[in-house]
Amino acid sequence: MHVSRLRANYIGFQTIVIKEVVRVLRIWIQTLVPPAISMTLYFIIFGGLIGSRVGQMGGYSYMAYIAPGLIMMSVINNSYVNVVSSFFGSKFGHYIEELQVSPLPNYMIILGYMMGGVVRGILVAILITIIALFFTRLHLVHPLITVSVVILTAVLFSLGGLINAIYAKKFDDVTIIPTFILTPLTYLGGVFYSIHLLPVFWQNVSRLDPILYMVNAFRYGILGVSDIGIGTAYAIILLFILGLFCFSLWLLNKGVGLRS
Amino acid sequence: MQALSIHGLTKTYGNGVVALKGIDFEVGKGEFTALLGPNGAGKTTTIGIITSLVNKTAGTVKVFDYDIDTHMDLAKSCIGLVPQEINFNQFEKPFDIVVNQAGFYGIPRKLGKQRAEKYLKQLSLWDKHDDISRNLSGGMKRRLMIARALVHEPKLLILDEPTAGVDIEIRRSMWDFLKKINKEGITIILTTHYLEEAENLCRRVAIIDHGEIIVQGRTRELLEKLRTETFVLNLRKPLAQLPPLDGYAVTQVDDTTLEVEVSKSQNINTLFELLSKDDVQVLSMRNKVNRLEELFVRLVEGKG
Repeated sequence: MHVSRLRANYIGFQTIVIKEVVRVLRIWIQTLVPPAISMTLYFIIFGGLIGSRVGQMGGYSYMAYIAPGLIMMSVINNSYVNVVSSFFGSKFGHYIEELQVSPLPNYMIILGYMMGGVVRGILVAILITIIALFFTRLHLVHPLITVSVVILTAVLFSLGGLINAIYAKKFDDVTIIPTFILTPLTYLGGVFYSIHLLPVFWQNVSRLDPILYMVNAFRYGILGVSDIGIGTAYAIILLFILGLFCFSLWLLNKGVGLRS
Repeated sequence: MQALSIHGLTKTYGNGVVALKGIDFEVGKGEFTALLGPNGAGKTTTIGIITSLVNKTAGTVKVFDYDIDTHMDLAKSCIGLVPQEINFNQFEKPFDIVVNQAGFYGIPRKLGKQRAEKYLKQLSLWDKHDDISRNLSGGMKRRLMIARALVHEPKLLILDEPTAGVDIEIRRSMWDFLKKINKEGITIILTTHYLEEAENLCRRVAIIDHGEIIVQGRTRELLEKLRTETFVLNLRKPLAQLPPLDGYAVTQVDDTTLEVEVSKSQNINTLFELLSKDDVQVLSMRNKVNRLEELFVRLVEGKG
């Protein structure tokens, strides 16, 4: 490909990212404050009030054990919701056509929106980590794993949000997946407990939940404890990212939900 | 090289509606062409396919020789689109909307900002560049979409009913602007319901109906095909009885208004002579509808 075309594509990608980040910061009361409030409540109620009676889990206080899970839960929700609402909003308001008529290739559009979701996910992760530090100490045993898992998880759920938005035809369609699929999978993904507390059958069922791998990989990065192998976690996350990226690219190339 | 070359373009929607039935349509470089047709004729579908907002069923579309099937990105780079419906984020500022659009076309941000300022100024929107675009008037929103479509300096500008719902003053200033950029070399395709607009602006016209181009050519040549024109005469004094105007089809609208159909073979001076003979004084005269409108109605209604 011609160098100037590559540069043009990069500028297009950069423009989407700037636009998305500006949007996140412009509506910070909707994007950054709610996760901070809800996670503070989780720390107070589950970590403090209930957690003090639970005792230790995985060799750590319950508060310290759930902190990585709560951070990861915020990353998952916020990266997903950011892309689903932004992309669907642009479809609903027809300003997705600004991108459709431009020469920017679809893979760059995907990467641009995905990066917007990742930025919001990371911003929220930093915010929740700061809040967590008011309640517990976080050791950060494997910094590289911690950071990479947060980024990859944000990538994965940003792509998930994009696919949801591509198919969505009305506002209800952008809330169904987060409410009925994402939240249950997150709660059952080992945010609040070790799956070893479950009967063997439910442990095996839990292993079908991809969020389990992300929560545990992140917990491994911070605390050094995990219910599953770190290699398996990376493999699952990367496999999902590849699958979702290819699927979203196919959808955009076909014009699903965008072109008649 | 043609600015736009369409051959055998067909579109059948998923619900079975055939919007385009194999149209052929060409626009020369530097032309100012009107694409006219009644609602649902296929104008917006054609524009949608050219700009990749609609998938075609069959046929070829080339923009400055770039086939949209093989060189879509290059074809897109040549086109600026002003759509019929408002399609920008109304919570963003006009300046940001135009700068971002430049970015989507690969224009560096610094240059994008310079061009955004240039086009917003040219379209008299600079004093609103930092407002929330939702607060702009209808005419301003349309001009903002023109500025946005021009920011990557396209060679072909497509405007889908750009002056719909815009007051006369702004419409005329938009016409002047479009004439100016056309003179500077930009090829323009315009769809409009204001046939006066097409007659004033466009050197070429294509009329589409039921998914088919029923006529296309130079506006002047097409207008010459009109066999008759209807004139409305306003009379100085009320008319008690309709005078005999042999050879002319005359309708008395009211006491002081006549409608006279004049065919090409007839002389309008003769009409006035006949009226003068009966002491009928004409205060003013005008076309009943504009000439292109007359042609349009006759073609679409099959009265050719």
